[in-house]
Amino acid sequence: MLETAFFYMFGGLAVLAATGVVLARNTMYSVMWLIFCFFNAAGLFFMLDAEFLGIILILIYVGAVMVLFIFVIMMLEINTAVLREGFLQYLPTGGLVALVLLIEFVAASRSGAFSQGAKATAEHFGREVNNTVEIGKLLYTKYLLGFEVAAVILLVALVGAIVLTLRARKDAKYQNISAQVRVRKEDRVRKVRL
Amino acid sequence: MSGLDMAAQAGIWALEILAIAVPVALSVAYITYVERRVIGWIQVRKGCNRVGPAGLLQPLADGLKLFLKETTIPAAANKLLFVAAPVISLTPALLAYAVVPFGETSLFGLWDKPHVMAISHLNVGLLYVMAISSMSIYGVLMAGWASNSKYALMGSIRSTCQMISYEISMGFALVPVMMLAGSLDLVEIVKAQQGGLLHWYMIPLFPMLLVYFISGCAEVGRTPFDLIETEELVAGYHVEYSGMWFATFSLAEYAAMIMIALMTSILFLGGWYAPIPALDFIPGTVWLLGKTAFLVFLFIWMRATFPRYRYDQMMRLGWKVFLPWTLVWIAVVGICIYTPGLSAVINFWMPWR
Repeated sequence: MLETAFFYMFGGLAVLAATGVVLARNTMYSVMWLIFCFFNAAGLFFMLDAEFLGIILILIYVGAVMVLFIFVIMMLEINTAVLREGFLQYLPTGGLVALVLLIEFVAASRSGAFSQGAKATAEHFGREVNNTVEIGKLLYTKYLLGFEVAAVILLVALVGAIVLTLRARKDAKYQNISAQVRVRKEDRVRKVRL
Repeated sequence: MSGLDMAAQAGIWALEILAIAVPVALSVAYITYVERRVIGWIQVRKGCNRVGPAGLLQPLADGLKLFLKETTIPAAANKLLFVAAPVISLTPALLAYAVVPFGETSLFGLWDKPHVMAISHLNVGLLYVMAISSMSIYGVLMAGWASNSKYALMGSIRSTCQMISYEISMGFALVPVMMLAGSLDLVEIVKAQQGGLLHWYMIPLFPMLLVYFISGCAEVGRTPFDLIETEELVAGYHVEYSGMWFATFSLAEYAAMIMIALMTSILFLGGWYAPIPALDFIPGTVWLLGKTAFLVFLFIWMRATFPRYRYDQMMRLGWKVFLPWTLVWIAVVGICIYTPGLSAVINFWMPWR
């Protein structure tokens, strides 16, 4: 009973927050709504015994990705009137996507895959089942190749981003701190006889 | 579960939360007092000694003063987020205490099995602490943006860059701890360090202890990394705040500082275990809080001793010194674990293997 109540709370708030992201006029509010939405999604993960995924969602998305979003938004000056301008122009495409998604969701929910008895009931495991360990075992054995490929792609993206933004400035002055620390009196001070 | 049971459970939770939040608030108040006295002592002056015996009522007087001060909102500020920012910054600082284990107790033999003294015994406790403390950035960002002042905005960007940079090396410094303890559970990590001083992770992971503690110092913006509140850079993100809202930011900062000290004691200094097993008759909580108090003293000592870092040098320290150190140490620990001859050495710190 309590679990169902929490599910509806997290789910309802996630939907509310997602609506807020789209409808908020102030971009900063949109970002805050999105953060709130991530929290509720993490709550849903917790209820599915997937505490590792829930925490990682908060750590990566809330702790890192959204901070970068806010950075970009803080640097831009966003004019709300311009934002609304192409509304009618994009309406057919956007509406079509929304309609297809709606049909998909309804079809999936009516297909019987989520009906009572179709899945194992929500029986929770005890403390001794640690899904961090389970995910680790699975990732590094069964899905090792995919995992490594993803890692290499991320590394290439990282190097690419650095190469794209790297500007070697000729006029900039750099410090060599270890050389500075190693300096002795004899290197700098010269005794002159007057 | 009947309604009565649920009400009782809720009551117990509320009491547990109070039992942690109230001491945290009190220790924040008295750490400000200790800080002023200790720095005064180090710098051969008196420190605050007027209000009450030996100045002991000074924190209360300060609190009253801040409470009675006028809190102003700039006319052009975004009022909602301006007011929300201090709360957003205080919440994660207190939320992180939910998983900290303060020791094990059998309540003077009342329980057969010792229970862990934590609000929530989470098996991803370490990740939880990292996730929650990474959220403290939002208070800073919101305060800077909502103030609608260029100085506050610049200050918030400066502090956010600092916090993000040091969070990375902090996270990496914890990876060898996870590798040795084989768990993300804070209780398991402490239990893996049982058996005296030599078993503590500060022995095999001493560089990581340094990286974690110094990065923690930068994360909460203490001297020598207090660019967040420098005078010559027009304070920082909280330049427009006054009175109680400003005090809320300091409260969050000090609570985060105690949290860093607690985590360092738990992860590297053997948690609630005594340095020599013979001294285990002293309750574990005393040991844990004693270690934490020493580390808080170290923070204060550093504040009295070191000059402030320059911004570019601080960034260099985080990215070019600490990050490579942590990566190398992860490799060293990993190689030690899987090399036949060395694994016998490293197994000393991995009792679960």
